[in-house]
Amino acid sequence: MPDHVLEIRGLRAGVGGKEILKGIDLTVASGEVHVIMGPNGSGKSTLSHVIMGRPGYEVLGGSVTLDGADVLAMAPYERAHAGLFLAMQYPTEVPGVPLVDMLEAAFAAADRDVAGMRERISVEAGRIGFDDRFLSRPLNVDLSGGEKKRNETLQLGVLQPAIAILDEIDSGLDVDALRACARRIEAATEETGLGVLAITHYNRLLHELRADHVHVLARGAIQRSGGPDLALELETTGYAAFGVDEPARADAAGRADGGPLADPFADPLA
Amino acid sequence: MAVPRPDPANGRDRGSADLGDARRPPIGCEQHRGPDRPSFREVREVPLSAFSVDAIARLAGPQWLVDRRSDAAERFASSSLPSTEEDVWRYSRISELDLDRLAPTAATATVEHGDLGRATIRRADGLDAEALGELPEVGDALVWLHHALAVDPVVVDVPVGVTVPDPIVVRHQGAGAGQATAARLLVRAGADSEVRIVEVFEGGGDGILLPATEITVGPAARVGYVGAQLLDPASWSVGTLELSVAEQATVTAGLAGFGGDYTRTRTDCRLLGRGATGDLVAAYFGDGDQMLDYRTFQDHVAPDTTSNLLFKGAVSDRSRSVYTGLIRVGKEARGTNAFQTNRNIKLSDDAWAESIPNLMIENNDVHCSHASAVGPIDEEQRFYLESRGIPTVVAERLIVAGFFAEVLEQLPVADLRASLDAAVSSKLRAVLA
Ligand SMILES: Nc1ncnc2c1ncn2[C@@H]1O[C@H](COP(=O)(O)OP(=O)(O)OP(=O)(O)O)[C@@H](O)[C@H]1O
Ligand SMILES: [Mg+2]
Repeated sequence: MPDHVLEIRGLRAGVGGKEILKGIDLTVASGEVHVIMGPNGSGKSTLSHVIMGRPGYEVLGGSVTLDGADVLAMAPYERAHAGLFLAMQYPTEVPGVPLVDMLEAAFAAADRDVAGMRERISVEAGRIGFDDRFLSRPLNVDLSGGEKKRNETLQLGVLQPAIAILDEIDSGLDVDALRACARRIEAATEETGLGVLAITHYNRLLHELRADHVHVLARGAIQRSGGPDLALELETTGYAAFGVDEPARADAAGRADGGPLADPFADPLA
Repeated sequence: MAVPRPDPANGRDRGSADLGDARRPPIGCEQHRGPDRPSFREVREVPLSAFSVDAIARLAGPQWLVDRRSDAAERFASSSLPSTEEDVWRYSRISELDLDRLAPTAATATVEHGDLGRATIRRADGLDAEALGELPEVGDALVWLHHALAVDPVVVDVPVGVTVPDPIVVRHQGAGAGQATAARLLVRAGADSEVRIVEVFEGGGDGILLPATEITVGPAARVGYVGAQLLDPASWSVGTLELSVAEQATVTAGLAGFGGDYTRTRTDCRLLGRGATGDLVAAYFGDGDQMLDYRTFQDHVAPDTTSNLLFKGAVSDRSRSVYTGLIRVGKEARGTNAFQTNRNIKLSDDAWAESIPNLMIENNDVHCSHASAVGPIDEEQRFYLESRGIPTVVAERLIVAGFFAEVLEQLPVADLRASLDAAVSSKLRAVLA
């Protein structure tokens, strides 16, 4: 089994001149599943973006390393080559670029053998019950919310990263797709020793993807860490105990990173 | 004989001045202002030294064609060159055109075809004055010069009800160094016929080619056209594509513009009969110092007509592009659907793209939209690809190729796709290295 470790130490970061992350400490090793839960607007996506190097964020302090190498000094593609993967909360549409072209370019850039890419893609599609006909479409264009999340999961399966950050991979997925995707990711933790940092609002993801650690991110910092029981507890208690009052949460939800609209994948019953 | 001309150092502009037109809609790019320009109207007379009626008439061909060309040459001699004062020439480089440097030259086309069905392709030898049609009633100096130099008109006639199985390919060489040449293609598709035409413009030196393509689409006929401009870097081309579409007929016309120093295509699509449809797409990609210039006119004359226009461009290095388009919906054209979209990617700070859509609507029962954009590569798209392990330049090449794919997929002649994809990739490798 591989032995990789992503270490986040005292990470502070902001966007639009506002400090969002105020000192994050987390360590994710190969084969481990860490879950981050927290109120809307608490900085979960910000954390995922800063780790992957999305433009527009300002790192104000702290460090992120993968096997000791300084991740924050790397270009996004170098982070991917180092072994990181980000499944986005809102995967970007890239008109005219088919999935297979993108994955071939990604393999070629990493000096991996591109032969048999279509085969690899259809094997992965089969594992999560994703219809082949979606695969020739331009990336994420005209895909439904759930189809986009399956597409992200499929790419994770093909790229076989060391550590994957999954930003609400479960939102938008129907019950069957959620089970299939969670199983696929769980299998990767065993087959290839994938380390997972999964951001989610719902315990249901953890029915198939077995969490080792659950962390609560609120007010820009990890407020509490525990085992899978913590996720269950949060489902009944909410985040009030972490100093987040209801009106502030409602306000933050309205400014989620998808733009001025509320999260389109939000659970209507939540 | 020497005709007085304005001092060449005077009254000449780079065609990029005077952007202060209040009617221009806001667009998402910084605007480049050229140097201030003198306000007098520029008049450039036609030099007769090289372009005399005699010189033009001396070009070979059957007598009826020499007569026709001489007639055009005489009109040319008494007309003036277009100027950037005219809206349709604004931003163009027409004022750089120096006819004194050029000599009238005969140019011939190459025609390739497979199974023609019962269609005919005629050249000068098989034509007569009537078959080629009258000279137009009005025109500027370049219109007359085109007719004066068109020694090898190609005329395709597709009889009523005939489907031509294979595309007809007409190749034109760009004008060689010091030459002025013309290319003329006429396509007449009879009622309920079907034909696909490809015109390729390639090669050339630092001369000017004046192409004109006229396609008449008969009732319920279906015509596909692709004009691929792959000229060598020094070449100029100033041309027109005129589409006339009868009732229930459809034309799908695609333009690709990659080569040349200054190349301009004016496309007029006239929807003349009820239910006519015109789909117009273009992909153009500038690099170095070249300028690609597109003007379009979607003219809805008859009721229930539809036009869809999608022009996409990229400019890199110090290259420039111009798109100006007008949709006109006439009084009789009730039930019109007309769409016009122009998107441009600016790949370098020194590149410049102008995009000006316009609507002129004379009745209420229409569904029209226009959209235009100029901007850099989308940062989010680039990050998405980079996050998968694709280096920045490779990600940018994929995004630009994908941007053009939407247009290239719509071209009515699929065989051309590979060579146009290759033209895009080779530009991308050069400008995103
Ligand atoms: N470009 C920006 N400019 C200003 N503020 C921003 C910007 N992008 C995000 N934010 C703010 O940063 C905060 C953290 O956003 P983030 O997307 O990380 O939250 P989140 O925890 O992922 O929320 P959710 O659960 O809704 O996905 C929010 O208050 C958000 O409004
Ligand atoms: Mg989020």
